[in-house]
Amino acid sequence: MEKGYLDMELLRFTTAGSVDDGKSTLIGRLLYDSKSIFEDQLEAVEAASRSRGGEEVNLALLTDGLRSEREQGITIDVAYRYFATPRRKFIIADTPGHIQYTRNMVTGASTADLAIILIDARNGVKEQTVRHSFIASMLGIGQVAVCVNKMDMADFSQRVFDDIVAAYKTLASKLGLHGVHFIPISAKLGDNVVERSANMPWYTGQTLIELLESAPIGKRLADAPVRMAVQSVIRPMSDRFHDYRGYAGRIASGVLKVGDPVTVYPGGRQSTVKAVNLGEADLQEAQAGESVAVQLTDDIDIGRGNLLACGIAPTVASELKLRICWFNERALTVGGKYIVRHTTCEVQGIVKSIDHRTDIETLHEEPAERLEMNDIAAVTLKTSAPLAFDPYKQNRTTGSVVFIDPSTLETVGAGIIL
Amino acid sequence: MTHLQELEAESIYVLREVAAQFERPAILFSGGKDSIVVTHLAHKAFYPARIPFPLVHIDTGHNFTETIDYRDALVEKLGARMIVGSVQDSIDTGRVREETGFNASRNRLQTTTLLDTIEKHRFDAAIGGARRDEEKARAKERFFSHRDEFGQWDPRNQRPELWDVYNGHKQPGEHFRVFPISNWTEMDVWQYILNERIEMPSIYFTHSRRVFFRDGQWLAAEPCMKLKPDETVEIREVRCRTIGDISCTGLTLSRAQSPEEIIEEIAASRVTERGSRTDDRRSETAMEERKIAGYF
Repeated sequence: MEKGYLDMELLRFTTAGSVDDGKSTLIGRLLYDSKSIFEDQLEAVEAASRSRGGEEVNLALLTDGLRSEREQGITIDVAYRYFATPRRKFIIADTPGHIQYTRNMVTGASTADLAIILIDARNGVKEQTVRHSFIASMLGIGQVAVCVNKMDMADFSQRVFDDIVAAYKTLASKLGLHGVHFIPISAKLGDNVVERSANMPWYTGQTLIELLESAPIGKRLADAPVRMAVQSVIRPMSDRFHDYRGYAGRIASGVLKVGDPVTVYPGGRQSTVKAVNLGEADLQEAQAGESVAVQLTDDIDIGRGNLLACGIAPTVASELKLRICWFNERALTVGGKYIVRHTTCEVQGIVKSIDHRTDIETLHEEPAERLEMNDIAAVTLKTSAPLAFDPYKQNRTTGSVVFIDPSTLETVGAGIIL
Repeated sequence: MTHLQELEAESIYVLREVAAQFERPAILFSGGKDSIVVTHLAHKAFYPARIPFPLVHIDTGHNFTETIDYRDALVEKLGARMIVGSVQDSIDTGRVREETGFNASRNRLQTTTLLDTIEKHRFDAAIGGARRDEEKARAKERFFSHRDEFGQWDPRNQRPELWDVYNGHKQPGEHFRVFPISNWTEMDVWQYILNERIEMPSIYFTHSRRVFFRDGQWLAAEPCMKLKPDETVEIREVRCRTIGDISCTGLTLSRAQSPEEIIEEIAASRVTERGSRTDDRRSETAMEERKIAGYF
């Protein structure tokens, strides 16, 4: 049996783009060439291709989920796709690329370790390239794979590729994007996706799948100071576990060890780790990403929304500078009141000022009175109680907030702490 | 962390968010492998406390006896509370009308019984074992999936989910479906079952059964199934790849006796598990239509 599978790693990546970019074709190609497509799925796609009058099998149909999307030929939401090679398991957050779907791109990028940015070889770096790159930079994605697609329609020309690489590097340095890789591909024909291209012998770098299999994982921050937001308190109150009190949570960063001193925020009370449990197992330590129950040596009042921390202290404040993406048709205005969710903690928040809005196609910053759906802006937020946080660049979990409208209860915006 | 550890940690996190954010959650327990894994994860998430929600089984009355036996033994072992919603009761009280004909199935009728059970017990979150890799309409499902007062899903108006922040706020009468193993694949589920040594219902493994062949697949020749004149009953070595109502559970010819052998079989398989579900084969968008109406 395939023993290797049991200890594979998991890479989450995002793709933004429209039908015209060949994004769905690229994902279809990854799934198809990595043999993640099953016969019944392929038959369904072949039948659907025929009923739309196409002659070839349209790989893009593999990824177009909802009926309304298939009818309109557009992708309107985030869809998640799964495939595996013998080395890794992959989760793709597949998002639409038009400006009116900025919020969907932000959602898909929020959990990604890597972003694929597609550039049409015939068009080069365009407004949408800037937009997708800005979002990757804003959401702190550490790795970017720039795929120059449709090389088959640009004579597989090295000069075309080199010019686009040069133009993109200028953009990347402006955005502070690191870890950028460039690959010339043809999603339609499969060149340099899974199979190495015979048409572009001048390219000797990694194919896309090789890059995906080797990209470092884990903005998981094992080396960073320990942070764990308490979700709930486990109290069995049974005869056998009469005095058991476990603080349940997922470790956002660091390595938590039995015997470590911890500080509880907000408030700053101190204690020591007595035990770390996962189900019925007693662990000596647990690392970033693990969901555990932590017992402390002291009986202190801790509940949902508290943060357990070791090492460098988080910032505790009730005024925050954020960059936010607005998600809702009801505009954000200065003075607007929202429920603000930070890790497992909920407070009231009021927007004190909109400091500037960013045009994410030109990168110009401009003043704004209100934020419409899909706008991205820097704002100042005041909260009803102090929050214990880190800058987003250091910690995605303790550095992010979500806005909830107190009347509709919908999620209306997302913010990263600057 | 391995991918299984990461998936487990994510699912436990989601289950704990449910316990913290809702007043009356419940696990929808079908007796299939996915709901068994969810129940196992819930046990790990809250240990040494008991699972803080009841298990709800929507019983079509056309279940494999092995499923019911397994369910009852598991509830006993975990000390969990079990609530059964009966499709037969829904038929008897006139809430739904039984389908007729050779392809009659009670699968669709479950939706009414499920919504009635949710309403009766005032559940505000129903936890299910659905996975995004199963079917294309599920690829866009959220972990916390909002349902209106009629139990309906609006795929165009889903709440965005960023990072690991889940918004369970709701208006009176609304509720949520929660899918903690959204990111798992069929392979992940079996690998996890193997790693954790989770006991499974015997019908997942090979056994001799009276079966008949219809529309390209093997179905169980149980009393609730009506045979067409040209269909004949044979005895074959089969196993279930998914478990649902008898009328729509296709059986796979298989000699797999253990999770290891099932993993090998899946690795070599060229048909998805939902390819063996007749309920999805009714039309290209069958799943999407049932989900909008309030299906799992």
